[in-house]
Amino acid sequence: MSTRRQSIDLVLGPLTGLVMLLAIFMVFVYVPSDRVQGIIQRIFYFHVPLALMTFAAFGLVAVASALFLWRGSRTWDRLAHSSAEVGMLFCTLVLVTGPIWARPVWGTWWTWDARLTTTLILWLIYAAYLMMRSVSGPGDQGARYAAVLGIVGAVDIPIINRSVYWWRTIHPAVLITREGGSGLSDPRMQATFGVCFLAFLLVFLWLLLVRNDSARLRDAVEELRQQALMQASS
Amino acid sequence: MDNLRFLFAAYAAVWALLFVYIVVLSRRNRALEKEIEELRELLQRRARQ
Amino acid sequence: MLALIRKDLQIEFRTKETLASLLLLGVLTLLVLSFAFDPTSELRVEAAPGALWVAVIFAGVLGLNRSFLAERENECLQGLLLCPVDRGTIYLAKAIGNFVFMMTAQLVIVPIFIFFFNLPVSAAFGGVVLSLLLGILGFAGIGTLFAAISVRTRAREVMLPLLLLPLVVPIFIAGVKVTGLMLAGKPFSAAAPWLNLMVGFDVIFLVVGWLVFEYAVEE
Repeated sequence: MSTRRQSIDLVLGPLTGLVMLLAIFMVFVYVPSDRVQGIIQRIFYFHVPLALMTFAAFGLVAVASALFLWRGSRTWDRLAHSSAEVGMLFCTLVLVTGPIWARPVWGTWWTWDARLTTTLILWLIYAAYLMMRSVSGPGDQGARYAAVLGIVGAVDIPIINRSVYWWRTIHPAVLITREGGSGLSDPRMQATFGVCFLAFLLVFLWLLLVRNDSARLRDAVEELRQQALMQASS
Repeated sequence: MDNLRFLFAAYAAVWALLFVYIVVLSRRNRALEKEIEELRELLQRRARQ
Repeated sequence: MLALIRKDLQIEFRTKETLASLLLLGVLTLLVLSFAFDPTSELRVEAAPGALWVAVIFAGVLGLNRSFLAERENECLQGLLLCPVDRGTIYLAKAIGNFVFMMTAQLVIVPIFIFFFNLPVSAAFGGVVLSLLLGILGFAGIGTLFAAISVRTRAREVMLPLLLLPLVVPIFIAGVKVTGLMLAGKPFSAAAPWLNLMVGFDVIFLVVGWLVFEYAVEE
């Protein structure tokens, strides 16, 4: 590993840990409880940043996929794959923390709320992406197919969101009210939210880096294996 | 407070999944690095022959 | 491009394999869904639009698989790629071909649908047909792109539905909505935003497919 990478590692790891520690402190000790929802509202300090990072991750997948198709460099493909995997982790966390919040507040684990449903479909699309990558070999072809899916998926998501939202709101007898962290009046709440966002941004970047290393190492192993094979047959 | 149970569940889930992923990734990376070392040695040995 | 479309259609109308599978699957799905509902219940009429579109989508996914499977087995795709034709054009030709197949299947599926679900035939059906036209166009557009991809992947039978179903959710929702509104006798204006959504979807994904198809078939 280059020294620049090593110094990034040295800084990013502990920094992530520290900011996360601060975030936990703020969520559990510092911030006051929401007047309406009570203590359960604190889930949002993690849930919303996780969701934002999920979207960022999948946006990155689309951009990296497009760059890979255009330029052909392995770097972009590895980045796309890594971002997809880390994004999936975050998406899973969103879909886990969401219902845990919903159960005491709305009385049900799941509603066909537009955001929840779109996130579920997002999860399914990227599950297909990851499955496609594991099913295709190490060659470039599989990577290209996945890149196509990455791009099409990202383009489709806004359309899916719009259609699910209309699907819900044209029927009036449906739960439309959505608590969305937009009711953060208290500056302490805003500060907590900001710190949590920063914490998860760092976690995302750190995981992305580690996962990207994995991809780079795997490529290196492939290359060495190829060399060994050629050497053996010569 | 009953809702504390849910709050705990949510945070525990986040931490558990993040932790598991990090552990899996680190293990995978270390195994890959080891394999690279072995392959490099193999190639060097063969080249010397 | 017309020649390409003509070639696909000629092949198909000689063997009629794809058409047969589309038809059979569509009708079978409608049949099975009919059994899900008591013939006298109100639920049946409410569920009818959903049943139609489930049949369309399921049959469509399998039909798409077949159309590329045949090409792959005969290495036709390689031959096609040797032609000095723009990849995007090949894509459009294949998509239109698939669209025509699916619409042809609808000629039988829709009457059976009316028959099984005991629906009144009125002028409202124009709206349903329009939604089918737009929906199937979008489905064929996005489906052709991914059929080309999944046919060359290992787990190909399961890959195409896995990829396609989440992606065509807007088409499905819009189609069911429009069909439901039309069957309930609502005015056309109520269905208009959904139809617009479908048009948008079709345009966006036909363009994306046209741009990206060459990466899907490169060696």
